Amino acid sequence: MENLVLQALSGLASASSLFLVASGLTVIFGVSRVVNFAHGSLYMLGAYLAYSLVTTLPRGHLGFWGGVIGAAVLVGLIGLVVEVLLLRRIYRAPELFQLLATFGVVLIVQDLAQMIWGPQDLLGPRAPGLRGSIEIVGMRFPLYELFLIGVGPVVLGLLVLLFHRTRWGTLVRAATQDREMVGALGVNQRMLFTSVFFLGSLLAGLGGALQLPRESVNLHMDLAIITEAFVVVVVGGLGSLTGAALAALLIGELHAFGILIVPKITLVLVFLVMALVLVVRPHGLLGKPEAAARGGQGSAEPVIGPAPPALRWLGLATLAVAVVLPPFLGDYAVSVLTELAIAVLFAASLHLIMGPGGMASFGNAAYFGIGAYGAALAAQWLGAPMLAGLALAPLAAGVFGLLFGYFCVRLSGVYAAMLTLAFAQIAWSVAFQWVEVTGGDNGILGVWPSAWAAPKLVYYYLALALCLGATLFLRRVVHAPFGYALRAQRDSALRAEAIGIDAFRIRWLGFGLAAAAAGVAGGLFAYGKGSVFPTYMGIPRSVDALLMVLLGGVQTLSGPIVGALAFTGLQEQLVRITDLWRLILGCIIVLLVLFFPQGLAGAARARWEARHGDA
Amino acid sequence: MVGRAIGRRQILAGAGMAALAAPGIALAQGEAIRIGEINSYTAQPAFLQPYRNAWILAQEQVNAAGGVNGRRIETVFRDDAGRPEDAVRLAGELVNAEKVSLLAGGFLSNVGLALGDFANQNKKLFVASEPLTDALVWSRGNRYTFRLRASTYMQSAMLVEEAAKLPARRWATVAPNYEYGQSAVRWFKELLSRAKPDVEFVAEQFPALGRIDAGATVQALAAANPEAIFNVTFGADLTNFVRQGSTRGLFERRRVVSLLTGEPEYLDPLGDEAPENWIVTGYPWEQIDTPSHTPFREAYRRRWNDYPRLGSVVGYDTVMAIAALLRKSPSLETEALVDGMSGLRFGSVFGPVEFRAIDHQSTMGAFVGRTVLKNGKGAMADWRYAEGKDYLPSDEVVRTLRPQA
Repeated sequence: MENLVLQALSGLASASSLFLVASGLTVIFGVSRVVNFAHGSLYMLGAYLAYSLVTTLPRGHLGFWGGVIGAAVLVGLIGLVVEVLLLRRIYRAPELFQLLATFGVVLIVQDLAQMIWGPQDLLGPRAPGLRGSIEIVGMRFPLYELFLIGVGPVVLGLLVLLFHRTRWGTLVRAATQDREMVGALGVNQRMLFTSVFFLGSLLAGLGGALQLPRESVNLHMDLAIITEAFVVVVVGGLGSLTGAALAALLIGELHAFGILIVPKITLVLVFLVMALVLVVRPHGLLGKPEAAARGGQGSAEPVIGPAPPALRWLGLATLAVAVVLPPFLGDYAVSVLTELAIAVLFAASLHLIMGPGGMASFGNAAYFGIGAYGAALAAQWLGAPMLAGLALAPLAAGVFGLLFGYFCVRLSGVYAAMLTLAFAQIAWSVAFQWVEVTGGDNGILGVWPSAWAAPKLVYYYLALALCLGATLFLRRVVHAPFGYALRAQRDSALRAEAIGIDAFRIRWLGFGLAAAAAGVAGGLFAYGKGSVFPTYMGIPRSVDALLMVLLGGVQTLSGPIVGALAFTGLQEQLVRITDLWRLILGCIIVLLVLFFPQGLAGAARARWEARHGDA
Repeated sequence: MVGRAIGRRQILAGAGMAALAAPGIALAQGEAIRIGEINSYTAQPAFLQPYRNAWILAQEQVNAAGGVNGRRIETVFRDDAGRPEDAVRLAGELVNAEKVSLLAGGFLSNVGLALGDFANQNKKLFVASEPLTDALVWSRGNRYTFRLRASTYMQSAMLVEEAAKLPARRWATVAPNYEYGQSAVRWFKELLSRAKPDVEFVAEQFPALGRIDAGATVQALAAANPEAIFNVTFGADLTNFVRQGSTRGLFERRRVVSLLTGEPEYLDPLGDEAPENWIVTGYPWEQIDTPSHTPFREAYRRRWNDYPRLGSVVGYDTVMAIAALLRKSPSLETEALVDGMSGLRFGSVFGPVEFRAIDHQSTMGAFVGRTVLKNGKGAMADWRYAEGKDYLPSDEVVRTLRPQA
């Protein structure tokens, strides 16, 4: 019994920490609709800055608490700079495009932090006056954790006061509910956005700084917190502070008690919770359905016509190069080209649901990974030959795509995207944990192609044929009646339903098709690498796909192709040239975002149209 | 036997002079021998920066002493960012485009296994430096893969020997939830139960790697009221676990047996909060004054103005092993290299080491001791060097563990 009380208190302390970070994220999202991937980086910077301040300032209460507050304010200012220099310029870009920009910031901060603070973990001093512990029901509990338990509700209270008792807060709430209307009423949106970003970043910094007496400061903090913070925000309901508090509480406590029963549950628990909540409540615990978009952002996307002749010639020329050149290249160049071909299909599969489907997915890697595992498991347990494995890959991915998609496509916007992420993480944890079948994180080895396809060049042509074929097929689908229906339900679900299109069914099938295409890519990848690992369906790979599509441009059919080639090629080159590849890649992404807010292919199309009139 | 290994002291002496006198002049002539090195530099910088520093030091020393058979050695480093699929691609690049003679490196177990499988498929030698997984040389072992570092099994066995001496019967375990943590716990349970049949394991915790919820984990362990704890967490997880554990009194009147905690990479960040009296494997770098270690430590200090970590030893010895192999091998053909690697002996920083022909595992050992606080920092005391070869299963058992060609 005593143990359970303490376990509950530990859960409260974690919940409180989680809430601090999530509150900043939810405030920012609520107003600006920016999916701020860099929020974790701000949290990490808060911890590092607090470490530097607290260890340089004189010891004692003033030094410590001054350092913590100072770090939070500094992080707030950093967030402000990011908003003014970067995000402010791209609010009008397509939905989720800002994610690309903030991801660039994540990469930059990772390398800068390592350059400034070094690679070793730093353990900050404990809080003066709160070093020890007190006896609760006969067991010891750290004072600082008790303090943290108090901080969460206090911050929540202050924020609620701020949002309900000040004019600024009222405006923020108004903007959360209806941004256009607030703008139309003459409120200075720029100031509002910038100040909200400052507040959100400050909260992230505070959350990081307050971890100082609790945890070591290290370079993995950013990505460790960001997914959990997102889960809390989404489970609570986007933009809802009390929802975030409730969700943090739920997750903190479930976690604390969960590990008593299933110690290995920590990998997947938050995602299970999120999946359950979203299936039952599509807008989170306390979220409201987004107000129906009117004009502006929600207007119908341009109709996609057939490719202009110039583009066709360009495509054919590229294809000719891709077919003719490889025999003259070395093995390595050919294997890179194989990966590029696979990346193109992977990006194209995501694009089908994101562009024409109008539904972002943060979990596309799941189907890539299921395809890869399908092929590898068939090879390992059934001794299936390569072609059978490659045939099984899209089948397995498609089946799971339909299964997961059945739940995901009912939701919209970020909720749908996060539900795909939840399913992807659940699939990932099965691959990770079911060691007897999947080999756990050590993966499945020895998935090498059949003898006839073993030469790199042969395998390249095989991959090229399949990837190109599948990509062109997806392109064809978009122009087919099915594609028209898909775009119709994206642009106006109501009107689509009115003319007899079953929006749910169309989206569902589109999701399944995209999953199957990703499965083809995954199967090819498995045989290309000779091994399969849970990382194939990890979050970073899903993010990669997202970056490729956004970089290329969501609203063009060539976007994913261009994006995949640019992103994969760039990363491959940079990794070989420099140790600071994250810094440089991050800077390039940020610059591309600033100069091509429609994506690369989108910018090319805009230029083309400007010169030749509407195509 | 030791005589046949490279004369480290001469090399060190020569290196010091050469580095000071004419750093730009390469003493060795002829086309350089290229080594391809792949590691998770951006993902695991705390371990791998000192590793790479020592690698460069060793390479400079070898080259300053005239290289290998008159040829310089040079290394092409690549960062896999912790992703096995990228490691495989980069391995292809190093072999096909950079024309390296052999591959080395690896930190994460799955990256090591992916590279080992690549080596097997492409018939290229792979000298794994750090990956600890037993599968690398046992269940997934192959002709082309060798491993330097003492494996999970070996380090667990070293600690079981100490754990069996404790009176404790009720044990709890805490380990990161991935292959390394899972197999460390499995071996520890199996070997300890064999050594002391009356032990029981009353609780186990498997926090996600790098994501430990330390407060809840500590509380859950305390709830089971064990007499002793076997810890496998390291890095940030360890730091957080120790801080919560000490504040909540988890370690009072309980013995803790802990893998890798004595390594400066993981002990030093704890500062004056380093736990006392834990039984650990590690590397008491400041106290080892042997003819093979002292010159290494001093040379590292001179070159990098820092003290060596365990990663440094691993990086340095990998180069020295490769140099010894290249000296011995009649050609740079992979099959000749692999034959030379089998049974290769060389003088490591910790003393003579052999790459066993039977399973390609080196006999490099580890230091076992207990932690103490010295001048406000964690350190190891009452330590001894545990020879790797004494903590490996018998040859018959190894043959059943490893696929026999």
